[in-house]
Amino acid sequence: MITLGDYLVVSAFLFTIGLAGVMLRRNLIVILMSLELMLNAANLSLVAFSRFRVGVDGLPDYNAQVFVFFVITVAAAEVAVGLALLVALYRARQTTDVGDITSLKF
Amino acid sequence: MSPFLFWIFAVFTVIFGAAVILNRNPVASALSLVVSFLGLSALFMSLDAFFVGIIQVLVYAGAVMVLFLFIIMLLDIRAEERRQINWLAAVGGLGVAVILLIQICVVIRHFQSARSTFSSLARSTTDDVWNIGRLLFTNYNLPFQIIGVLVLVATIGVVLLSRREPR
Repeated sequence: MITLGDYLVVSAFLFTIGLAGVMLRRNLIVILMSLELMLNAANLSLVAFSRFRVGVDGLPDYNAQVFVFFVITVAAAEVAVGLALLVALYRARQTTDVGDITSLKF
Repeated sequence: MSPFLFWIFAVFTVIFGAAVILNRNPVASALSLVVSFLGLSALFMSLDAFFVGIIQVLVYAGAVMVLFLFIIMLLDIRAEERRQINWLAAVGGLGVAVILLIQICVVIRHFQSARSTFSSLARSTTDDVWNIGRLLFTNYNLPFQIIGVLVLVATIGVVLLSRREPR
């Protein structure tokens, strides 16, 4: 049978892939995609815990699913703003590589 | 859901998630991300969270990925040319990620509830839109409205950011 731990391990793998993507890739678009992966890994464990904690009425704990709803909304807004920043950056510098953006580097 | 289906979709999700960061071409990355999100949506539905699974497909595989592909097309980004890789930074970053993965797995191993299976539900949850909606408009009414303001602010911000400077 599938246990709660199995879902949590899948979530951990997804989160780690996202973290590795943010740290290893230089392309801003791929970094934004990796951020999405990390947010979705968190969503997966939230839904797994929601299903795990069956209430007295025999239904999953819907508070976690409302939280997932909020996370998805904020993630969508974040992607929109991030991509608009990317477009503005591309207009100013003609690059999407984080290695080329060093104005704030100490 | 049968364990067989669970492992199919889990492996699917993780492999295509890895493909996102391994592909050098951003378009291929975006398409891998779509497939990964579809697998994730199947995992949500295996947890009886049908509403979340559906909005995962609608919002991510639909709206967000179209946004990504549109920006890639608009900026005409090609596969990045191979650059001099800073091996120290690459190995360090990968090391941090692997250490985090090992840590999470150890924590899950020592977590008692992680070994227990899911208890069965009293009835099918195909009406979970009703349940989530009721919670949204009662207990979480204030956060819901704040989210509305946030989306409005994001919209205005995006319009301002992507407007061309008048010369």
